Amino acid sequence: MKLIDEYQNSALARKLAIRIANRSAKPIRLMEFCGGHTHAIMRYGIRQLLPETVEMRAGPGCPVCVTATADLDKAIAMAHLAGVIITTFGDMMRVPGSHSSLQQTRAEGADIRVIYSAMDAVEIARSNPQKSVILIGIGFETTAPTIAASTIKAQKEGIENFYVLSLLKLSPPVMKAILELGEVRLDGIICPGHVSVIIGSYPYEFIPKNHNVGCVISGFEPLDILLCIDRLVEQIESGQPKVEIAYRRGVKPEGNEKALELMGEVFEIAQANWRGIGVVPQSGLRVSQKYEHFDADNLFRLNLKPTGEPKGCRCGEILRGIATPPECGLFGKVCTPEKPIGPCMVSSEGACAAYYKYGGISYE
Amino acid sequence: MTNKVMCLAVPVRVISKEGDAAETEIAGVRRLVSIALTPEVKVGDYVLLHTGYAIGIVDEAEAKETLKLLEEIVSLSEAHR
Ligand code: SF4
Repeated sequence: MKLIDEYQNSALARKLAIRIANRSAKPIRLMEFCGGHTHAIMRYGIRQLLPETVEMRAGPGCPVCVTATADLDKAIAMAHLAGVIITTFGDMMRVPGSHSSLQQTRAEGADIRVIYSAMDAVEIARSNPQKSVILIGIGFETTAPTIAASTIKAQKEGIENFYVLSLLKLSPPVMKAILELGEVRLDGIICPGHVSVIIGSYPYEFIPKNHNVGCVISGFEPLDILLCIDRLVEQIESGQPKVEIAYRRGVKPEGNEKALELMGEVFEIAQANWRGIGVVPQSGLRVSQKYEHFDADNLFRLNLKPTGEPKGCRCGEILRGIATPPECGLFGKVCTPEKPIGPCMVSSEGACAAYYKYGGISYE
Repeated sequence: MTNKVMCLAVPVRVISKEGDAAETEIAGVRRLVSIALTPEVKVGDYVLLHTGYAIGIVDEAEAKETLKLLEEIVSLSEAHR
Protein backbone atom coordinates (compact mmCIF):
# COMPACT_ATOMS: atom_id res chain seq x y z
CA MET A 1 0.00 0.00 0.00
CA LYS A 2 1.31 3.39 -0.93
CA LEU A 3 2.86 5.42 1.90
CA ILE A 4 3.05 2.28 4.02
CA ASP A 5 5.06 -0.36 2.17
CA GLU A 6 8.00 1.94 1.50
CA TYR A 7 8.47 2.33 5.24
CA GLN A 8 8.53 -1.41 5.85
CA ASN A 9 11.65 -2.21 3.79
CA SER A 10 13.34 -4.78 6.01
CA ALA A 11 16.79 -4.58 4.35
CA LEU A 12 16.87 -0.87 5.04
CA ALA A 13 15.58 -1.47 8.57
CA ARG A 14 18.43 -3.85 9.31
CA LYS A 15 20.98 -1.37 7.99
CA LEU A 16 19.46 1.37 10.09
CA ALA A 17 19.64 -0.88 13.14
CA ILE A 18 23.37 -1.47 12.47
CA ARG A 19 23.89 2.28 12.23
CA ILE A 20 22.11 2.75 15.56
CA ALA A 21 24.26 0.02 17.15
CA ASN A 22 27.44 1.65 15.84
CA ARG A 23 26.54 5.02 17.26
CA SER A 24 24.94 4.13 20.56
CA ALA A 25 27.72 4.07 23.16
CA LYS A 26 26.09 4.74 26.51
CA PRO A 27 23.15 2.74 27.85
CA ILE A 28 19.91 4.65 27.39
CA ARG A 29 16.25 4.14 28.14
CA LEU A 30 13.59 5.40 25.74
CA MET A 31 9.88 5.55 26.41
CA GLU A 32 7.45 5.05 23.59
CA PHE A 33 4.52 7.08 24.84
CA CYS A 34 1.97 5.71 22.42
CA GLY A 35 0.42 2.25 22.63
CA GLY A 36 0.36 2.17 18.84
CA HIS A 37 4.16 2.39 18.94
CA THR A 38 4.40 -0.40 21.54
CA HIS A 39 2.26 -2.50 19.25
CA ALA A 40 4.42 -1.76 16.18
CA ILE A 41 7.71 -2.25 18.09
CA MET A 42 6.59 -5.70 19.25
CA ARG A 43 4.97 -6.64 15.95
CA TYR A 44 8.05 -5.87 13.88
CA GLY A 45 10.51 -7.20 16.45
CA ILE A 46 12.24 -3.84 16.71
CA ARG A 47 13.48 -4.53 20.24
CA GLN A 48 15.42 -7.51 18.92
CA LEU A 49 17.01 -5.33 16.24
CA LEU A 50 18.31 -2.81 18.74
CA PRO A 51 21.67 -2.97 20.50
CA GLU A 52 21.83 -3.81 24.20
CA THR A 53 22.51 -0.19 24.99
CA VAL A 54 18.98 0.84 23.97
CA GLU A 55 16.21 -0.13 26.35
CA MET A 56 12.58 0.49 25.42
CA ARG A 57 9.77 1.15 27.88
CA ALA A 58 6.08 1.37 27.15
CA GLY A 59 4.29 4.47 28.41
CA PRO A 60 0.78 5.63 29.25
CA GLY A 61 -0.41 6.19 25.68
CA CYS A 62 -3.17 3.59 25.52
CA PRO A 63 -6.55 5.30 25.87
CA VAL A 64 -8.37 2.22 27.11
CA CYS A 65 -5.62 1.34 29.59
CA VAL A 66 -5.41 4.75 31.22
CA THR A 67 -9.16 5.02 31.75
CA ALA A 68 -9.59 4.99 35.53
CA THR A 69 -11.70 2.21 37.00
CA ALA A 70 -13.92 4.88 38.59
CA ASP A 71 -14.64 6.37 35.15
CA LEU A 72 -15.36 2.97 33.65
CA ASP A 73 -17.71 2.25 36.56
CA LYS A 74 -19.46 5.51 35.78
CA ALA A 75 -19.96 4.47 32.14
CA ILE A 76 -21.32 1.11 33.27
CA ALA A 77 -23.68 2.82 35.73
CA MET A 78 -24.95 5.07 32.92
CA ALA A 79 -25.65 1.98 30.84
CA HIS A 80 -28.04 0.82 33.57
CA LEU A 81 -30.14 4.00 33.38
CA ALA A 82 -33.53 3.66 31.72
CA GLY A 83 -33.83 5.02 28.19
CA VAL A 84 -30.07 5.22 27.63
CA ILE A 85 -28.02 3.85 24.73
CA ILE A 86 -24.28 3.72 25.39
CA THR A 87 -21.97 3.98 22.39
CA THR A 88 -18.31 3.10 22.73
CA PHE A 89 -15.16 2.26 20.81
CA GLY A 90 -14.65 -1.51 20.74
CA ASP A 91 -11.70 -2.14 23.02
CA MET A 92 -13.54 -0.61 25.93
CA MET A 93 -16.12 -3.42 26.02
CA ARG A 94 -14.01 -6.07 27.72
CA VAL A 95 -12.17 -3.96 30.30
CA PRO A 96 -13.08 -5.18 33.77
CA GLY A 97 -14.53 -2.43 35.97
CA SER A 98 -14.83 -2.84 39.74
CA HIS A 99 -17.90 -5.02 39.53
CA SER A 100 -18.59 -5.67 35.86
CA SER A 101 -17.58 -4.77 32.29
CA LEU A 102 -19.54 -3.07 29.52
CA GLN A 103 -19.70 -6.43 27.76
CA GLN A 104 -21.22 -8.12 30.82
CA THR A 105 -23.59 -5.21 31.27
CA ARG A 106 -24.75 -5.61 27.68
CA ALA A 107 -25.26 -9.34 28.21
CA GLU A 108 -27.48 -8.40 31.15
CA GLY A 109 -29.70 -6.40 28.80
CA ALA A 110 -28.29 -2.87 28.63
CA ASP A 111 -28.25 -1.22 25.20
CA ILE A 112 -24.52 -0.77 24.49
CA ARG A 113 -23.30 -0.38 20.93
CA VAL A 114 -19.79 -0.50 19.53
CA ILE A 115 -19.07 2.30 17.10
CA TYR A 116 -16.26 2.97 14.66
CA SER A 117 -16.62 6.75 14.64
CA ALA A 118 -18.09 9.42 16.91
CA MET A 119 -20.31 10.25 13.92
CA ASP A 120 -21.97 6.84 14.31
CA ALA A 121 -23.11 7.85 17.80
CA VAL A 122 -24.74 10.99 16.38
CA GLU A 123 -26.51 8.85 13.77
CA ILE A 124 -27.74 6.45 16.47
CA ALA A 125 -29.11 9.47 18.35
CA ARG A 126 -30.84 10.69 15.20
CA SER A 127 -32.57 7.38 14.62
CA ASN A 128 -33.51 6.87 18.29
CA PRO A 129 -35.09 10.20 19.26
CA GLN A 130 -36.82 8.61 22.29
CA LYS A 131 -33.49 7.54 23.79
CA SER A 132 -30.54 9.37 25.34
CA VAL A 133 -27.42 8.36 23.43
CA ILE A 134 -24.19 8.70 25.42
CA LEU A 135 -20.81 8.49 23.72
CA ILE A 136 -18.06 7.20 26.01
CA GLY A 137 -15.41 9.63 24.83
CA ILE A 138 -12.07 7.99 25.38
CA GLY A 139 -8.88 8.90 23.57
CA PHE A 140 -6.13 11.45 23.27
CA GLU A 141 -5.69 14.52 21.08
CA THR A 142 -6.03 12.28 18.00
CA THR A 143 -9.62 11.41 18.83
CA ALA A 144 -10.75 14.54 20.70
CA PRO A 145 -11.22 16.66 17.54
CA THR A 146 -13.34 13.94 15.94
CA ILE A 147 -15.63 13.95 18.97
CA ALA A 148 -15.67 17.76 18.89
CA ALA A 149 -16.61 17.77 15.20
CA SER A 150 -19.39 15.24 15.84
CA THR A 151 -20.73 17.31 18.72
CA ILE A 152 -20.76 20.43 16.56
CA LYS A 153 -22.59 18.46 13.88
CA ALA A 154 -25.20 17.33 16.43
CA GLN A 155 -25.59 20.94 17.55
CA LYS A 156 -26.01 22.24 13.99
CA GLU A 157 -28.53 19.57 13.11
CA GLY A 158 -30.54 20.06 16.29
CA ILE A 159 -29.93 16.57 17.67
CA GLU A 160 -30.74 16.99 21.34
CA ASN A 161 -30.45 13.45 22.64
CA PHE A 162 -26.71 13.04 22.03
CA TYR A 163 -24.33 13.31 25.00
CA VAL A 164 -20.62 12.93 25.57
CA LEU A 165 -19.02 11.44 28.66
CA SER A 166 -15.62 12.99 28.16
CA LEU A 167 -12.77 10.86 29.45
CA LEU A 168 -10.44 12.48 26.90
CA LYS A 169 -6.83 12.92 27.90
CA LEU A 170 -3.89 15.08 26.89
CA SER A 171 -0.43 13.73 26.17
CA PRO A 172 2.13 16.42 27.10
CA PRO A 173 0.72 16.98 30.64
CA VAL A 174 0.99 13.28 31.50
CA MET A 175 4.53 13.17 30.11
CA LYS A 176 5.26 16.01 32.51
CA ALA A 177 3.65 14.08 35.37
CA ILE A 178 5.74 10.98 34.65
CA LEU A 179 8.95 12.99 34.38
CA GLU A 180 8.14 14.80 37.63
CA LEU A 181 7.33 11.55 39.44
CA GLY A 182 10.91 10.60 38.59
CA GLU A 183 10.31 6.89 39.19
CA VAL A 184 11.95 5.93 35.93
CA ARG A 185 15.02 7.56 34.43
CA LEU A 186 14.34 8.40 30.79
CA ASP A 187 16.81 9.66 28.19
CA GLY A 188 14.38 10.12 25.35
CA ILE A 189 10.72 9.99 24.43
CA ILE A 190 9.28 8.60 21.21
CA CYS A 191 6.44 11.08 20.85
CA PRO A 192 3.08 9.94 19.47
CA GLY A 193 2.68 10.43 15.72
CA HIS A 194 -1.05 10.88 15.37
CA VAL A 195 -1.49 12.95 18.51
CA SER A 196 1.18 15.20 16.99
CA VAL A 197 -0.66 15.44 13.66
CA ILE A 198 -3.15 17.44 15.73
CA ILE A 199 -1.02 19.26 18.33
CA GLY A 200 2.21 19.68 16.34
CA SER A 201 5.65 19.70 17.94
CA TYR A 202 5.61 22.89 20.06
CA PRO A 203 3.78 21.43 23.09
CA TYR A 204 6.75 19.12 23.77
CA GLU A 205 9.32 21.93 23.96
CA PHE A 206 9.28 21.98 27.78
CA ILE A 207 10.60 18.42 27.88
CA PRO A 208 14.14 19.00 26.57
CA LYS A 209 14.15 22.47 28.15
CA ASN A 210 13.07 21.58 31.70
CA HIS A 211 13.90 17.90 31.88
CA ASN A 212 16.85 17.52 29.54
CA VAL A 213 15.11 14.64 27.75
CA GLY A 214 15.02 14.31 23.97
CA CYS A 215 11.73 14.13 22.08
CA VAL A 216 11.29 12.76 18.57
CA ILE A 217 7.88 12.42 16.94
CA SER A 218 7.58 9.13 15.09
CA GLY A 219 5.34 7.47 12.53
CA PHE A 220 4.20 3.88 12.95
CA GLU A 221 6.03 1.87 10.32
CA PRO A 222 9.28 0.08 11.25
CA LEU A 223 11.50 2.53 9.36
CA ASP A 224 9.73 5.48 11.02
CA ILE A 225 10.43 4.06 14.47
CA LEU A 226 14.03 3.18 13.69
CA LEU A 227 14.63 6.64 12.24
CA CYS A 228 13.17 8.12 15.42
CA ILE A 229 15.45 5.99 17.61
CA ASP A 230 18.41 6.97 15.43
CA ARG A 231 17.61 10.66 16.01
CA LEU A 232 17.23 10.11 19.75
CA VAL A 233 20.57 8.26 19.96
CA GLU A 234 22.17 11.11 18.04
CA GLN A 235 20.69 13.71 20.43
CA ILE A 236 21.71 11.79 23.53
CA GLU A 237 25.25 11.01 22.32
CA SER A 238 25.80 14.65 21.40
CA GLY A 239 24.25 15.85 24.66
CA GLN A 240 21.74 18.04 22.85
CA PRO A 241 18.19 16.99 23.61
CA LYS A 242 15.53 18.77 21.54
CA VAL A 243 12.18 18.27 19.83
CA GLU A 244 12.44 16.76 16.36
CA ILE A 245 9.85 15.53 13.89
CA ALA A 246 10.79 12.22 12.27
CA TYR A 247 7.26 11.88 10.86
CA ARG A 248 7.33 14.85 8.54
CA ARG A 249 4.83 13.50 6.06
CA GLY A 250 2.16 13.71 8.74
CA VAL A 251 3.25 16.27 11.31
CA LYS A 252 3.70 20.03 10.99
CA PRO A 253 5.21 22.00 13.89
CA GLU A 254 1.96 23.92 14.32
CA GLY A 255 -0.25 20.80 14.09
CA ASN A 256 -3.72 20.84 12.56
CA GLU A 257 -5.10 24.28 13.36
CA LYS A 258 -8.65 23.51 12.28
CA ALA A 259 -8.77 20.45 14.52
CA LEU A 260 -7.34 22.42 17.45
CA GLU A 261 -9.93 25.13 16.89
CA LEU A 262 -12.87 22.68 16.99
CA MET A 263 -11.39 20.90 20.00
CA GLY A 264 -11.08 24.23 21.82
CA GLU A 265 -14.64 25.13 20.89
CA VAL A 266 -16.27 22.04 22.42
CA PHE A 267 -13.85 21.18 25.22
CA GLU A 268 -11.89 22.91 27.93
CA ILE A 269 -8.84 21.72 29.79
CA ALA A 270 -9.52 20.07 33.13
CA GLN A 271 -7.96 17.59 35.50
CA ALA A 272 -8.21 13.93 34.57
CA ASN A 273 -8.00 10.67 36.47
CA TRP A 274 -5.42 8.24 35.04
CA ARG A 275 -5.27 4.59 35.96
CA GLY A 276 -2.08 3.95 37.86
CA ILE A 277 -1.12 7.59 37.98
CA GLY A 278 -4.09 9.25 39.64
CA VAL A 279 -5.52 12.71 39.11
CA VAL A 280 -3.22 14.86 36.98
CA PRO A 281 -4.01 18.57 36.74
CA GLN A 282 -4.79 19.97 33.31
CA SER A 283 -4.35 16.59 31.65
CA GLY A 284 -7.84 16.06 30.31
CA LEU A 285 -10.74 17.64 28.48
CA ARG A 286 -14.23 18.29 29.76
CA VAL A 287 -17.17 19.60 27.78
CA SER A 288 -17.08 23.41 27.75
CA GLN A 289 -19.86 25.57 29.17
CA LYS A 290 -21.01 26.54 25.71
CA TYR A 291 -21.76 22.88 24.96
CA GLU A 292 -22.89 21.87 28.47
CA HIS A 293 -26.17 20.49 27.16
CA PHE A 294 -24.05 17.71 25.61
CA ASP A 295 -22.19 16.95 28.83
CA ALA A 296 -23.22 13.52 30.12
CA ASP A 297 -21.15 13.97 33.27
CA ASN A 298 -23.21 16.98 34.20
CA LEU A 299 -26.62 15.68 33.18
CA PHE A 300 -26.63 12.10 34.42
CA ARG A 301 -25.82 12.22 38.12
CA LEU A 302 -25.00 8.88 39.66
CA ASN A 303 -24.40 7.33 43.04
CA LEU A 304 -21.34 5.17 42.71
CA LYS A 305 -19.87 2.53 44.99
CA PRO A 306 -16.19 2.91 45.76
CA THR A 307 -13.98 1.24 43.19
CA GLY A 308 -11.54 -1.61 43.39
CA GLU A 309 -8.59 -2.46 41.16
CA PRO A 310 -8.04 -5.99 39.84
CA LYS A 311 -5.91 -7.88 42.41
CA GLY A 312 -2.31 -8.46 41.37
CA CYS A 313 -2.59 -6.43 38.15
CA ARG A 314 0.44 -4.18 37.60
CA CYS A 315 -1.07 -2.14 34.75
CA GLY A 316 -0.60 1.06 36.74
CA GLU A 317 3.14 0.50 37.06
CA ILE A 318 3.40 -0.48 33.41
CA LEU A 319 1.65 2.75 32.40
CA ARG A 320 4.15 4.72 34.49
CA GLY A 321 7.02 2.93 32.79
CA ILE A 322 8.37 1.38 35.99
CA ALA A 323 7.49 -2.23 35.16
CA THR A 324 7.33 -4.33 32.00
CA PRO A 325 4.54 -6.86 31.34
CA PRO A 326 6.61 -10.02 31.99
CA GLU A 327 7.33 -8.67 35.49
CA CYS A 328 3.65 -9.12 36.36
CA GLY A 329 3.08 -12.45 38.08
CA LEU A 330 -0.22 -12.92 36.26
CA PHE A 331 1.15 -12.22 32.77
CA GLY A 332 0.48 -15.05 30.34
CA LYS A 333 -0.54 -17.43 33.12
CA VAL A 334 -3.69 -16.09 34.71
CA CYS A 335 -4.00 -13.05 32.47
CA THR A 336 -4.26 -13.61 28.70
CA PRO A 337 -6.07 -11.77 25.88
CA GLU A 338 -8.83 -14.39 26.11
CA LYS A 339 -9.26 -13.88 29.86
CA PRO A 340 -7.79 -10.46 30.63
CA ILE A 341 -7.43 -9.32 34.22
CA GLY A 342 -6.42 -5.73 33.49
CA PRO A 343 -6.93 -3.26 30.63
CA CYS A 344 -3.30 -3.53 29.47
CA MET A 345 -4.15 -7.05 28.29
CA VAL A 346 -7.52 -6.10 26.77
CA SER A 347 -6.63 -3.29 24.44
CA SER A 348 -4.69 -4.08 21.30
CA GLU A 349 -2.64 -1.00 22.19
CA GLY A 350 -1.98 -2.28 25.70
CA ALA A 351 1.60 -3.24 26.47
CA CYS A 352 0.62 -6.62 27.98
CA ALA A 353 -1.38 -7.58 24.88
CA ALA A 354 1.47 -6.53 22.58
CA TYR A 355 4.06 -8.48 24.61
CA TYR A 356 1.78 -11.50 24.76
CA LYS A 357 0.97 -11.50 21.06
CA TYR A 358 4.38 -10.68 19.62
CA GLY A 359 6.86 -11.48 22.40
CA GLY A 360 9.93 -13.10 20.89
CA ILE A 361 9.05 -12.50 17.25
CA SER A 362 11.87 -11.06 15.17
CA TYR A 363 11.59 -8.93 12.07
CA GLU A 364 12.23 -11.09 9.01
CA MET B 1 -10.78 -1.61 8.22
CA THR B 2 -11.66 -1.88 11.87
CA ASN B 3 -10.48 0.47 14.51
CA LYS B 4 -8.74 -1.99 16.76
CA VAL B 5 -5.93 0.37 17.64
CA MET B 6 -7.42 3.61 18.93
CA CYS B 7 -4.79 6.08 17.81
CA LEU B 8 -4.21 4.38 14.50
CA ALA B 9 -4.59 6.44 11.37
CA VAL B 10 -4.07 5.08 7.88
CA PRO B 11 -3.31 6.95 4.66
CA VAL B 12 -6.20 6.89 2.16
CA ARG B 13 -6.53 8.79 -1.11
CA VAL B 14 -9.32 11.30 -1.68
CA ILE B 15 -11.15 10.61 -4.93
CA SER B 16 -13.95 13.15 -4.63
CA LYS B 17 -15.27 15.64 -2.11
CA GLU B 18 -18.56 17.32 -1.39
CA GLY B 19 -19.24 19.60 1.55
CA ASP B 20 -17.51 18.16 4.59
CA ALA B 21 -17.46 14.60 3.23
CA ALA B 22 -14.99 12.93 0.90
CA GLU B 23 -14.91 9.61 -0.86
CA THR B 24 -11.58 7.89 -0.26
CA GLU B 25 -9.91 4.79 -1.57
CA ILE B 26 -7.13 2.52 -0.40
CA ALA B 27 -6.24 -0.88 -1.86
CA GLY B 28 -9.60 -1.01 -3.61
CA VAL B 29 -11.59 -0.24 -0.45
CA ARG B 30 -13.79 2.84 -0.72
CA ARG B 31 -14.98 4.75 2.28
CA LEU B 32 -16.84 7.97 2.90
CA VAL B 33 -14.96 10.07 5.46
CA SER B 34 -15.51 13.42 7.12
CA ILE B 35 -13.15 16.22 6.15
CA ALA B 36 -14.48 18.58 8.82
CA LEU B 37 -10.95 18.65 10.30
CA THR B 38 -9.17 19.02 6.94
CA PRO B 39 -11.45 21.25 4.82
CA GLU B 40 -8.55 22.34 2.61
CA VAL B 41 -7.94 18.82 1.27
CA LYS B 42 -7.82 18.40 -2.53
CA VAL B 43 -8.88 15.50 -4.72
CA GLY B 44 -5.83 13.26 -5.18
CA ASP B 45 -4.39 14.06 -1.73
CA TYR B 46 -3.69 11.35 0.80
CA VAL B 47 -5.24 11.91 4.20
CA LEU B 48 -4.71 10.16 7.53
CA LEU B 49 -7.98 8.45 8.39
CA HIS B 50 -8.83 8.03 12.06
CA THR B 51 -12.28 6.92 13.31
CA GLY B 52 -14.08 8.17 10.21
CA TYR B 53 -12.28 11.53 10.08
CA ALA B 54 -9.42 12.74 7.93
CA ILE B 55 -7.24 14.17 10.72
CA GLY B 56 -4.37 15.38 8.54
CA ILE B 57 -3.18 15.63 4.97
CA VAL B 58 -0.12 13.57 4.06
CA ASP B 59 2.67 15.67 2.64
CA GLU B 60 3.92 13.52 -0.24
CA ALA B 61 7.01 15.66 -0.85
CA GLU B 62 8.03 15.11 2.79
CA ALA B 63 7.26 11.40 2.44
CA LYS B 64 9.80 11.21 -0.42
CA GLU B 65 12.30 13.33 1.51
CA THR B 66 12.19 11.00 4.51
CA LEU B 67 12.84 7.97 2.29
CA LYS B 68 15.74 9.80 0.69
CA LEU B 69 17.10 10.74 4.10
CA LEU B 70 16.85 7.11 5.22
CA GLU B 71 18.81 5.90 2.19
CA GLU B 72 21.38 8.62 2.73
CA ILE B 73 22.09 8.07 6.40
CA VAL B 74 22.34 4.33 5.86
CA SER B 75 24.79 4.66 2.97
CA LEU B 76 26.73 7.28 4.94
CA SER B 77 27.25 4.99 7.88
CA GLU B 78 28.18 2.11 5.54
CA ALA B 79 30.82 4.28 3.88
CA HIS B 80 32.27 5.09 7.30
CA ARG B 81 32.85 1.51 8.29
S1 SF4 C 1 -0.51 -9.07 32.63
FE1 SF4 C 1 -2.69 -8.70 33.09
S2 SF4 C 1 -2.78 -8.55 35.30
FE2 SF4 C 1 -0.62 -8.28 34.72
S3 SF4 C 1 -0.35 -6.05 34.49
FE3 SF4 C 1 -0.90 -6.86 32.48
S4 SF4 C 1 -3.12 -6.63 32.38
FE4 SF4 C 1 -2.57 -6.45 34.54
